[in-house]
Amino acid sequence: MIYFLCSLLFLVGLSGILLKRNLIKIVISLTIMEYSLFMFLALVGYKQNALAPIVKSVTEEVNYVDPLPQALVLTAIVIGLATTALLVALAVRIYEKYGTFDIRKIRRLKG
Amino acid sequence: MNSSSVTQYLLPLLVVLPLGGAFLIQLSKKISGLISDIIANFIVVVLVVLVFSLLNSPVLVYKVGGWMPVKGIPIGIYLVSDGLSMLLLIIINTIALVSLFFSISYMKRFTNKPLYYTLFLLMIAGMNGVVMSGDLFNMYVFLEVAAIASYSLVAFGTEADELEASFKYQVMGTAASAFILLGIIIIYSVTGTLNLADIGRVLKDKVTEAPIILTGILFLVGFGLKGAMMPFHAWLPDAHPSAPAPISAMLSGVLIKAIGIYALVRIMFNVIGVTPIFSNMMLCISAISMIAGVFLAFAQWDFKRLLAYHSISQMGYVMLGIWLMTPLGILGGLFHMLNHSVFKSLLFLNSGAVVYGTGSRQLKRLGGLNQKMPVTGCTSFVASMSIAGVPPFNGFWSKLIIIMACIQSHHFFLAGLAVLVSIMTLVSFLKVQRYVFFGGLKQALKDVKEVPFTMCFSMILLAFLCTTMGALLLPGAKELFIDPAVNALLNGKEYISLVLNK
Amino acid sequence: MKGMTEIVKTISKLLAGLIFFYGIYIVLFGHLTPGGGFAGGVIISGAFILLIIANGIDEEKISRGKEKVGFLESSGIFLFWIISTVGLCMGTFFFLNFLGKGRPLNIFSAGTVPLCNIAIGIEVSAALCCIVIALILVKKGDKK
Repeated sequence: MIYFLCSLLFLVGLSGILLKRNLIKIVISLTIMEYSLFMFLALVGYKQNALAPIVKSVTEEVNYVDPLPQALVLTAIVIGLATTALLVALAVRIYEKYGTFDIRKIRRLKG
Repeated sequence: MNSSSVTQYLLPLLVVLPLGGAFLIQLSKKISGLISDIIANFIVVVLVVLVFSLLNSPVLVYKVGGWMPVKGIPIGIYLVSDGLSMLLLIIINTIALVSLFFSISYMKRFTNKPLYYTLFLLMIAGMNGVVMSGDLFNMYVFLEVAAIASYSLVAFGTEADELEASFKYQVMGTAASAFILLGIIIIYSVTGTLNLADIGRVLKDKVTEAPIILTGILFLVGFGLKGAMMPFHAWLPDAHPSAPAPISAMLSGVLIKAIGIYALVRIMFNVIGVTPIFSNMMLCISAISMIAGVFLAFAQWDFKRLLAYHSISQMGYVMLGIWLMTPLGILGGLFHMLNHSVFKSLLFLNSGAVVYGTGSRQLKRLGGLNQKMPVTGCTSFVASMSIAGVPPFNGFWSKLIIIMACIQSHHFFLAGLAVLVSIMTLVSFLKVQRYVFFGGLKQALKDVKEVPFTMCFSMILLAFLCTTMGALLLPGAKELFIDPAVNALLNGKEYISLVLNK
Repeated sequence: MKGMTEIVKTISKLLAGLIFFYGIYIVLFGHLTPGGGFAGGVIISGAFILLIIANGIDEEKISRGKEKVGFLESSGIFLFWIISTVGLCMGTFFFLNFLGKGRPLNIFSAGTVPLCNIAIGIEVSAALCCIVIALILVKKGDKK
């Protein structure tokens, strides 16, 4: 059920990229699409009746969820942050040059 | 100790050195502008020397952090360099050296040269990491490093069209990375490991199960967009002309091969395995890329935009050779990849020299530049003959092998298409030569001078390589450069045993 | 850049120190509790960004600050590069965890991991402050 909700969020983000006309809304849809994938990745490591992977003592044997996808999600979040920062900086500069955020008016390159 | 157990320690240097150089340039940029020039060029020269010294080694596996395998199952990240990686490392580092040397003079017109060197070195580090990585998520991280560096480099001049082109490139590139990440997640949930060799071992006979087919399609869309294959090519004609000329040479000559074609081929051939349906689909995509690229290039009157469309068409050639999956086809495809990086970089550097000298890239405003810029004109003629496939330049040999491979595997229609596209490429470049270099000198271009020495040197070096690289098909050189790459792709699943047994 | 109302300014001055030290705690204990370099760095930069946005700042001060912050970021990431390359220089592997590992669950344990966390914390906080400063400067830049 929850995997279905993650894929729904992915489709919401994808439809935002395709349908929205404002530059900033396209950037936000892109981040929604990425974050749905991060949730999906963190949920892949789930095991039933297991605890969060924080080691409290080294002598007991405890069942932990898979910590590898959580490390992958941390890395991917950093990458997503760098991409979003670059996109937003570009969007602000485009506003300076073109005077609008509407993608229908930002069309000097054609052919 | 035999040599292979020492040379594997040189592998991480190919990533460590450009990264360290990039950070060092940012720290020392206030001391003097010249220091960043010296550091960047020195590091890339060291990289080229390293790559050529690693040339004749067997498959090298390097375990990052010293994390040894537990009970035969690899934990930790591996850096693997086999024949295919070696071919791509040669391409990346050589073209990087030539472009960097070209940009010593070219980038004087731009502000903030240390930032340019930083981003350039980060892009090289990212690409070296992608082709050397033996771990799926590590490949994704380095792919993002190279891609983000290239997004910034496309927008380097901060004119209005450059910003728009970079924004389009970024949105499509990030969507493609999302698809690639989804494919990685599905593979991880099916196999439980991220090491390429280990995934291949787990997936040995599960190629036709539904999650694996879905993963194949997702990787096709993601890496196809990064490598500008036909339905996903829309960012390339805007992004490649807007970048400064040495960056266009790197993007078109190296980046779309390293993160587009190499990544898809590595994952499909060595890890997942190729079904006949998939290879037929890829043959269709290659054919469409070839034809549509060259037809769309006919209507262009902007020099760099025309070259960008021809990139799409030549990438179609490379994929046609590789996805035929016969020994001759893979030889032709990989050799054409090597040749294309040389002559396409030379063409983009020529366009950069023309822009530096005259300030314009529109074909209708140029004319008769052969009298004023002889070096540029001569090298441009060599490159145009190479890309059109005229003997004895290097393009002819690789296109001939691809056409022979098509005929050998009974795809006569594809062979005919390849010949047709080659003729149309020749026509298109004859148009470029006539408008830009031959003909009468226009009034406005009377004071045009030849470009500075560093730019001439790079162009002459690449033109020399264009004329002599046909000799790489001779028996001695072929075993050194190309045969290991062809064997790495042909014996697809042997990659697994080669890596796991080291 | 104008600041915000009087209430926001007062609260921000009270909270910024708390947020800063919370971020340092998350960076330092990164090998024992969740967090580490990146998350702690984001929180540390949050403290500074809160002060900038709530109190407003003028152009010249922030342009001078930008160079210092940029230098701090480059030195942070260069420190991380040095830590990871020392293993390579000593003849063994890249990214080797070469310091002693100590008793588990102690703060001075796990080899080079706390040092890496501190370097990444400095770098990420400086990088995010740099991004916000760049966006503020562009907003006030000249319209061509």
